[in-house]
Amino acid sequence: MKIDLTDITASKINKALVKARRAIGTPAVGMVLTLVVVTDEENAYDALKAAGDASREHPSRTLVVIKRVSRTPRDRTQSRLDAEVRVGADAGTGETVVLRLYGETADHADSVVLPLLLPDAPVVVWWSVGAPRDPAKDPLGALGQRRVTDSYAAEKPVDELRARAESYEPGDTDLAWTRITPWRSMLAAALDQVTCEVISAEVWGEEFNPSVELLAMWLADRLRVHVRRGVSAGPGLTEVRLETTGGPITLHRPDGAMATLALPGQPDRAVALKRRETSELIAEELRRLDPDDTYASALRFGVDRLGGARPAVSRVPAARTPATGGTPGLPDAVSSAASSEASAALDRVSPPALPPAAPPLSRPATPPVPPSGSTSGNASGDASDDSDVSRPTPAQMPPVKKAETPQ
Amino acid sequence: MTPSPVTGANPLRDAADRRLPRIAGPSGLVIFGVTGDLSRKKLMPAVYDLANRGLLPPGFSLVGFARREWEHEDFAQEVHDAVKEHARTPFREEVWQQLVQGMRFVQGTFDDDEAFERLRSTIEELDKAQGTGGNFAFYLSVPPKSFPVVIQQLKKHGLADQTNGSWRRAVIEKPFGHDLASAQELNEIVHEVFAPDQVFRIDHYLGKETVQNILALRFANQMFEPIWNRSFVDHVQITMAEDIGIGGRAGYYDGIGAARDVIQNHLLQLMALTAMEEPSSFDADALAAEKTKVLGAVKLPKDLGRDTVRAQYAAGWQGGEKAVGYLEEEGTDPDSKTDTYAAIKLEVDNRRWAGVPFYLRTGKRLGRRVTEIAVVFQRAPHSPFDTTATEELGQNAVVIRVQPDEGVTVRFGSKVPGTSMEIRDVSMDFAYGESFTESSPEAYERLILDVLLGDSNLFPRTEEVELSWRILDPIEQYWDKHGKPAQYPAGTWGPVEADEMLQRNGRSWRRP
Repeated sequence: MKIDLTDITASKINKALVKARRAIGTPAVGMVLTLVVVTDEENAYDALKAAGDASREHPSRTLVVIKRVSRTPRDRTQSRLDAEVRVGADAGTGETVVLRLYGETADHADSVVLPLLLPDAPVVVWWSVGAPRDPAKDPLGALGQRRVTDSYAAEKPVDELRARAESYEPGDTDLAWTRITPWRSMLAAALDQVTCEVISAEVWGEEFNPSVELLAMWLADRLRVHVRRGVSAGPGLTEVRLETTGGPITLHRPDGAMATLALPGQPDRAVALKRRETSELIAEELRRLDPDDTYASALRFGVDRLGGARPAVSRVPAARTPATGGTPGLPDAVSSAASSEASAALDRVSPPALPPAAPPLSRPATPPVPPSGSTSGNASGDASDDSDVSRPTPAQMPPVKKAETPQ
Repeated sequence: MTPSPVTGANPLRDAADRRLPRIAGPSGLVIFGVTGDLSRKKLMPAVYDLANRGLLPPGFSLVGFARREWEHEDFAQEVHDAVKEHARTPFREEVWQQLVQGMRFVQGTFDDDEAFERLRSTIEELDKAQGTGGNFAFYLSVPPKSFPVVIQQLKKHGLADQTNGSWRRAVIEKPFGHDLASAQELNEIVHEVFAPDQVFRIDHYLGKETVQNILALRFANQMFEPIWNRSFVDHVQITMAEDIGIGGRAGYYDGIGAARDVIQNHLLQLMALTAMEEPSSFDADALAAEKTKVLGAVKLPKDLGRDTVRAQYAAGWQGGEKAVGYLEEEGTDPDSKTDTYAAIKLEVDNRRWAGVPFYLRTGKRLGRRVTEIAVVFQRAPHSPFDTTATEELGQNAVVIRVQPDEGVTVRFGSKVPGTSMEIRDVSMDFAYGESFTESSPEAYERLILDVLLGDSNLFPRTEEVELSWRILDPIEQYWDKHGKPAQYPAGTWGPVEADEMLQRNGRSWRRP
């Protein structure tokens, strides 16, 4: 059942919801949460579909907030609220209200959403695109105990991650993080099966995919080793390689569906590691509504403390023992040289000048790394790469570096 | 910098990281009797669903053992068909590809030494090719009479030996014997080969979400536990009804009967969970301790003739279909005294429950398929409303619906809208399907995963099985000596004798 309402207020929408439920004969409300989807007209269809599919697992009231862009000064002064109420088969297992906000109303979306929240049920806010810099302080974000962003949909994902780290509040989470749950669980399962120490790690994936950074940061945070990113053709993440005292552990997924897990001294094994639909990601997000501390910890590790990429040929032999007090593997001089080269390259493409951090690199022309990496260490690292020199424990870690906000 | 050692604690694992599922370690599952119904309808789909949810370790292996002349490919095809037909999660080719690499079939009978040697070499081969690390669970989906043979064969061929930190586990299905003596005998046989903590007795009811929810409902909430005792509860009814007859299982069923088949395991377990005290923690030992205490405190009625009823279904109409009576079923002895319906009254002799009857009933060919626990409360001690106002008001009840339509119903009185004061029963309903996922894991999924993880929370232990037989044995003995089963028409809610049994106490059965 679908009711179209033009130029109305929230209380009339509430009445329409009750009326629609009565009409289809199910006045009881079995919904467990309110999902507020903030999106634009272009992404509304996909977001709505994903939310509808996810509602099969989590029956919810879905409020889709679409801020309409007004193109003339006259339009901007006229504020208006349109709503489309869907109940029953049209709305998954819950009910859906699509809200279109015009003019000034668009700046006060929270005033429309607030009266429509389910009583005493959790609220999840999901920005399918265009998440605010500081989700918890956003008027809509402030309504939810869970704020879901998607840095994958951002123009500059790495910047986005920096901003997320800066503004992190308990309850924040990101779909780029949700996407790597299967990878993380497979890697954790892999480490369950071997007895050795991890020396360093590499994460390969397509360009502009923040999942690469998040996975790398998680590994760095948990394992306290140096982690590098590498750029491959994708799709998505393609490879994780852990160098351990017992030999390399690799999880390689060239096609986005089937991966091969190779453990030292064990036969290679095929594991299903399919890229998931947005609806599955949202369903996973809605499963737990408590703050995700692991995400916070990984995020706060800081993108800028990750190593850049290096050519795949120059892999460090597996059996090396870690050098004390320094980063095993790539000497920092090489690493930072590579990163500044690449960020220079990146600067040419992207207009706002960024600090020379270490964004993901597209295979720079680095000379092959001498395997016996003498850790030339402390003096050589450039300013932005300081933390690569000696890995502090999380307690000793410096505060996350502020990225210049390009506005 | 010191890289964290991976020995012991895995640095990638963190209790706070609750997205990461519990994945079983490297392991494999050997199913005996793999061509059976249970295996095709439940076990194989459960294994696939686990893999699809990403809960099985890479390299997980599935070995089938049966008499049929199959190659590995035939077996894989059989599993494929079973999965396509019965799995709960959608079929995905890449998941299948992952699983199929570890599928093996061993042809043989249970007394065939060569076959068990082949099984051993298959397991060794899998350790090499799939990295299962010697960890195998043996699922005995076989008739009770084959138990001892298979267990002995496993021992004889060294398949039960745990070496270098690997594990070998045995999974056994009900019936766990047919009385106390046979149960003890069976336990001896199994425990001679497998250590008690490596034996997992499947009671698939305990794998159900709703059954685990009994504990959540009782102990995670404040509003139920204070009234969950003799001061407020009038009585408890635990029902498991089936609408089907015995089908083609006369050979198994005749001589066993409803009480042994259902009450001894499922209903007494449900009763234990409903009546037990709060465990000190949610671990296997603490739970088993509380369940054992309750089962040990169960008191049988003095007059077994008055407070137990057994019956057989007679011919009748079941949901629009004509159904034959139990004695006319193919393969049953026409003079059979086997019960297809059993109702018993039990009491729990402790401070919390003294004097509160627990009515347990089960039957085949009843009105519809339903399993539920109803805790019926006493009437309000005083009512300010006059009797006409509360004429239609029954007793308050909390009903836990185990299956189907899983959920919890609370029944209480409410004023009927209108100008006069009239109070009538209404239900407040929580339906699982409405508030949570529709693809909640199947009981067997959960239980197989727990076996692979070695988590024995949801498996009844030896003591519980033996205590349950201690409760049921005197009743069965009484039935053997006295009278014969009552009759009830198929498709009804049981014999009139059962209704009379409750009427004598001024109560009546709920219509579930």
